[in-house]
Amino acid sequence: MKKDQGRRKRILRENLIAWTFLLPSAVGMVLFSLIPLLISLYVSLTDWNFASGLGNWNFVWFDNFKQLWSDSWFIASLKNTLIYAVITVPVSLVLSLILAAVIDDFCKKKAAGVVRVAMYMPHICNSVAISAVWMALYSKYGPFSLLLRALGWSDPPRFLADYVWALPALMLVSIWAGLGYRVFIYSASLTALPRDLYESADIDGGTWFQKFRYITVPLLKPTTFFLTVTGIISSFKVFAYTNVMTKGGPGSATYTMVYYVYTTAFKYNRMGYASAVAVILFFMLLVITIIQWIHNSRDEKR
Amino acid sequence: MKKNAEETVVMKKKLPLRRQAVQWGITIVIVLIAALMVAPFVWMISASFKMQKDVMSIPIKWIPEYFYPDNYFKVLHINAGASTDYHFILSYWNSIKVSTISTVVGVLSALLAGYAFAKLKFRGSNVLFILYLAQMMVPSQLTLIPRFMIFSNLGMTNTHMSLILPKIVTVSSCFMFRQAFLGVPDDLREAARIDGAGEFRIWAQVMVPMVRATMAAQATVQFLESWNSYLDPLVFLSHWRKWTLTVALDQFVSIEGTQYNLTMAASCMAIIPVLLVFLFGQKYFMKGLTVGAVKG
Repeated sequence: MKKDQGRRKRILRENLIAWTFLLPSAVGMVLFSLIPLLISLYVSLTDWNFASGLGNWNFVWFDNFKQLWSDSWFIASLKNTLIYAVITVPVSLVLSLILAAVIDDFCKKKAAGVVRVAMYMPHICNSVAISAVWMALYSKYGPFSLLLRALGWSDPPRFLADYVWALPALMLVSIWAGLGYRVFIYSASLTALPRDLYESADIDGGTWFQKFRYITVPLLKPTTFFLTVTGIISSFKVFAYTNVMTKGGPGSATYTMVYYVYTTAFKYNRMGYASAVAVILFFMLLVITIIQWIHNSRDEKR
Repeated sequence: MKKNAEETVVMKKKLPLRRQAVQWGITIVIVLIAALMVAPFVWMISASFKMQKDVMSIPIKWIPEYFYPDNYFKVLHINAGASTDYHFILSYWNSIKVSTISTVVGVLSALLAGYAFAKLKFRGSNVLFILYLAQMMVPSQLTLIPRFMIFSNLGMTNTHMSLILPKIVTVSSCFMFRQAFLGVPDDLREAARIDGAGEFRIWAQVMVPMVRATMAAQATVQFLESWNSYLDPLVFLSHWRKWTLTVALDQFVSIEGTQYNLTMAASCMAIIPVLLVFLFGQKYFMKGLTVGAVKG
């Protein structure tokens, strides 16, 4: 009996120690992630207006969500967010994959290192400063318009103020800012690829493009998948570029979902309605993450 | 036979030459592309030293004709003359303060949690681990409104605490540390235990030094994330005294708008220190920012 008690005591002690280690982060997780998540889900079902104070809300079930589907601003923000992901992700993946492969195979070693670092730079800069710089570049007499005129486009639009061009202009900034990071990830994966396939391709007299198409691209599939998922997630969260450069305009041309959450909640105080948008965004991200998990666990089994 | 051998020798010499030409050609093209990508930064620096009327002059003068540092004085408010007070130095200080404290707090708590998940046995560890995993899927954009609700209820909006406190848990860092601690052999722990060390001493003096590389990487990631964060400070900080650099810069840009020489000087001040740190420590910086991205 005594022995048993001693063991129980030891186990209790072990548990106590472990929980002390976990205390700060577990408390943080409950307070700033778990409870907020539940509040979000609940508030999204209410008509809470921040101006009427905490707790002064009516539970309206799914009214917010029903209303959203006839809200043209929401539809625009959803559409823009999806367009953003569908265009920026593949374009930057293709560009960065080609760049990484070409740099890896053909560039002088020293130049390759410098080039990679140079391209990486925008990734670590804050998006507000990047937005400020591109606002200047995009301005009517700015260098970007100048460049386009030099390339023969006699009358380039004012990109950020043009209904058609505003969103593509923001997407270009996104692609530019994320390219170096992706090139770097691809380069790191390239060095880890097995050499023997390339050697046998060399013996068979394969061209560079054939090797790229039939060896490199398939072998890099896991990296491409990873970059696709993270790319989609980050383009679902685009906020700074719209808020600084265009304020969602002109009209609703560059409204994104996070921007819509922000304005609805903190400009118009409609917390319930904004939460509904945030919840939809959450479920969109959830789908992407679940796809990633299924994919990864299938990979591990193999 | 001899002739044949000669031929192959010639061919071997020729091939590298052609390949070298290709190598040089492509290197030049790639360097040009990289230069084009860096050009916005160069233009930014150059414009920040120009007078307003020279900023958009055609053709672009990459080296300013008149060196005009007054832009920076205006931004820093050393010499009044800009239309509003900017207090950039103050927001600099705020950013340094918030990012440093957030990083220390975040890394420490993740070090503790990662260790517990990797090395300690306790009831509910599996459930808790799954709960942590699940939190990875909750974006901060979703919890923004409830966090605002909580902090405004506690009277804590417009404090730096509202930015620092949530950083006490960075789930991805917890996982990285768990991964790192799993790689440390248990013998070390046993040896320390036999020497009479308690669990906390083992953690602090034996285990933590073993995961220094992960620590550096996670600290870099967390610091940068905090330094560049924009939506949270924008929502939580309403008074200019509390603004971090990103919010101050945003306000500056929306007030000065088309005075590009001023906005470029302000952007330079926000970007250049980070860029310098990056360029000096780039190898280790890039490693830190890409851990977990590349398998094997």
